[in-house]
Amino acid sequence: MAVVRRQPVGDRDLERLARAIEEIVGHARAMGLDFFEMRYEICPPDVLYTFGAYGMPTRFSHWSFGKAYHLLKSQADLGLARIYELVINSDPCHAFLLESNSLLENMLVAAHVLAHSDFFKNNWRFRQTNRQMIHAMSAFASRVRQYEQQVGRERVERFLDAGLAVAEQIDPFPSTRPDPRRDLPLFLLERAPGLDDWQRDILASLREEALYFRPQMETKILNEGWASLWHVRIMRQLDLTPAETLEFARVHAAVLAPHPFQLNPYRLGYHLLESIEAQHGRDALFEARSVETDLSLVRNHLTPELCEELGLYVYARQAGQWQVQSTGWEAVRDALARQLENCGLPYIYAEDDNYHRQGELYLRHGYDGVELDLTHLQHTLQHVHHIWGRPVHLETVRDGRPTCYTCNGDNVESRAL
Amino acid sequence: MERIREAIRANLAEIVSDESLIAGDGQKVVRLPIKALKEYRFRLDWQRQHRVGEGGDTAREGDPMGTGPGAGATGAGDGPPGEEVGEEWFETGFTVDDLDEILFADLALPHLEPKRQPDLTTESHEWRDVRPQGLQSNIDKKRTLMEAIKRNRLAGRPPLAGLSRSDLRFRTWDVARTPQASAVLIFMMDTSGSMGPGEKHVARSLCFWMVRFLRTRYENVRLHFVAHTTEAREVSEEAFFTKGEAGGTRCSSAYEYALQLIDRQYPPDLYNLYAFHFSDGDNLLSDNPRAAALMRQLLERCSLVGYGQIETQPQYLAMPYYQPNTLLTLFQQEIDHPRFVTAQIRDRAEVHAALRAFFDPKRREKGAG
Repeated sequence: MAVVRRQPVGDRDLERLARAIEEIVGHARAMGLDFFEMRYEICPPDVLYTFGAYGMPTRFSHWSFGKAYHLLKSQADLGLARIYELVINSDPCHAFLLESNSLLENMLVAAHVLAHSDFFKNNWRFRQTNRQMIHAMSAFASRVRQYEQQVGRERVERFLDAGLAVAEQIDPFPSTRPDPRRDLPLFLLERAPGLDDWQRDILASLREEALYFRPQMETKILNEGWASLWHVRIMRQLDLTPAETLEFARVHAAVLAPHPFQLNPYRLGYHLLESIEAQHGRDALFEARSVETDLSLVRNHLTPELCEELGLYVYARQAGQWQVQSTGWEAVRDALARQLENCGLPYIYAEDDNYHRQGELYLRHGYDGVELDLTHLQHTLQHVHHIWGRPVHLETVRDGRPTCYTCNGDNVESRAL
Repeated sequence: MERIREAIRANLAEIVSDESLIAGDGQKVVRLPIKALKEYRFRLDWQRQHRVGEGGDTAREGDPMGTGPGAGATGAGDGPPGEEVGEEWFETGFTVDDLDEILFADLALPHLEPKRQPDLTTESHEWRDVRPQGLQSNIDKKRTLMEAIKRNRLAGRPPLAGLSRSDLRFRTWDVARTPQASAVLIFMMDTSGSMGPGEKHVARSLCFWMVRFLRTRYENVRLHFVAHTTEAREVSEEAFFTKGEAGGTRCSSAYEYALQLIDRQYPPDLYNLYAFHFSDGDNLLSDNPRAAALMRQLLERCSLVGYGQIETQPQYLAMPYYQPNTLLTLFQQEIDHPRFVTAQIRDRAEVHAALRAFFDPKRREKGAG
């Protein structure tokens, strides 16, 4: 374990934090957490927001990360939301703490990220992830810079825009049940005519990154719940002053506060896991950490009591107004499961690479009752067209009727089927 | 920062028509609506979804939840709520002044004709140096006396014990060359009843950026606002964009007014003249020949004459086969002149396109060739 600072932090504070972290690590081990070797770094806010926006300290540059950075920063400046840490799924595990955190906050965060590290190491969805992704991403970033010099920044950026638009449409289980139709970036990589080598590299690398991040998207509730549960238990072991105890209670309460319209994953996960342990014991708790994802956790472990305790309800838009639809626990469970299904993304299948026998691409939206966002659809089809280079069709349902959208380049037309 | 700059560049059309920018003084920070910077993906229409909320301990079926999730929500990024509902903006840290640089990078002043004044600078003489040699007529009496006093006192003599040649000081001048480029912009607009607030907003956005652009190219920019219905008169900038009048439209009245203004105050060989006319295309048919004739006269005097036809009214969109006798069709038939540019603006988002049409760098090459 090592604690490094990126910015001068007072020597004494750093020493105290390092001692506290040693103690925290000891408690975590004694409680049965099994984590990667830790590398803690303390950074100034700008650095942390940058890492947070990029998702990785070494990722390639893109304007969308700049946008994410500004959002993070402006939220922090306005005191709306604040990120306390960033932790990387890697071995050794890199954790970045915020320099402007108080000593107590950083102790809490150090405990919190230990549990994340344990989660990365032990949850089944992370088995296949590349633990050296930090290096792969760094290598890709430098290749992107190279391509920018070779073919010009604009072309590279245009292709990155397009690649990022489709990269999340990966098959999350490429090795267990391969289905080429289910993996749009792979389908494009294998069959899009006339891609240059640099374009193929970008598409393949973006797909790798998406595969790397996907398990984190699928386990947000579980992972944050797990980390919150352990930061409480570890912090309770420490010998805190009364003032620190009070501060801890305040920070912890803020982390677990409900968000009226959006579920707070920390809160839901924390209570789900506590309830599992209360009902089925400690082994079941550790098992849930290893074998569940958000979706299965909700399906398997959301109880009527929990629904009531957390005040969960289903809402929808009716006659231009948002209304509570139901507070029944089964309705809540089913709505939540749907919301978490495929990380909330639509299923897009690549059906045909030679549609009309003219090499046109035919995609189909796996419609299951929720229609696509039209603005997104039109722009995304243009991105797909940019990669495919020929007309792209997408079959979906619009206002209850099967509809096909076709992109010939600049415009997107629709016709009822 | 670079990324945001690029995003701004990519979304100029939207930003340029943002009304809140125009009211500012140039220091106003450019805000981008989140949607202007959207990363497009395949997404479910979350407004049609059933979603789960929390913390509703007393929630009952049918309870309203206010205007909607996301209105002023903090969570942007992963969760869809907050992304689309309400206008979320974030401040880019760019001011309108910074925006100029991006916006004007691909604009050019066409037909900047060098023939008029071989050099758009004037020489002036500034007296700002003093030397021991020079012309007798330029002697600097005060400094000469000071030198004499200094020398005499150092030698222990009374202050004014005679002048020596070495006391003499002469003023001398520097030649300062100052660019003397003035542009005069004459904005003309149809303020008759058919021009609604939407059209005026478009015109205002366009004028705002044109003035800014010309200010980056000229030392002095003088503005004249000519409002017309069947008669033209000069009005304040404020009135130009806000006041409307009833009545028909005779655009020749504005052209005539502009011509008189030029002839009276701004000889074309001293000033760079720009005239822009905005209208919704309606004009009295009987006035058309006169309008075209006066337009030609304007072209003889001006560096650039622009005509912007603003058609945000739905009737033009609703009736695609209805080809009205608009001014645009008239000018397209009657006037073929390298310094005449037209633009058709059907939507706020086309303001940027119109700006580019007016100050198209390619046109300049064509004009030179």
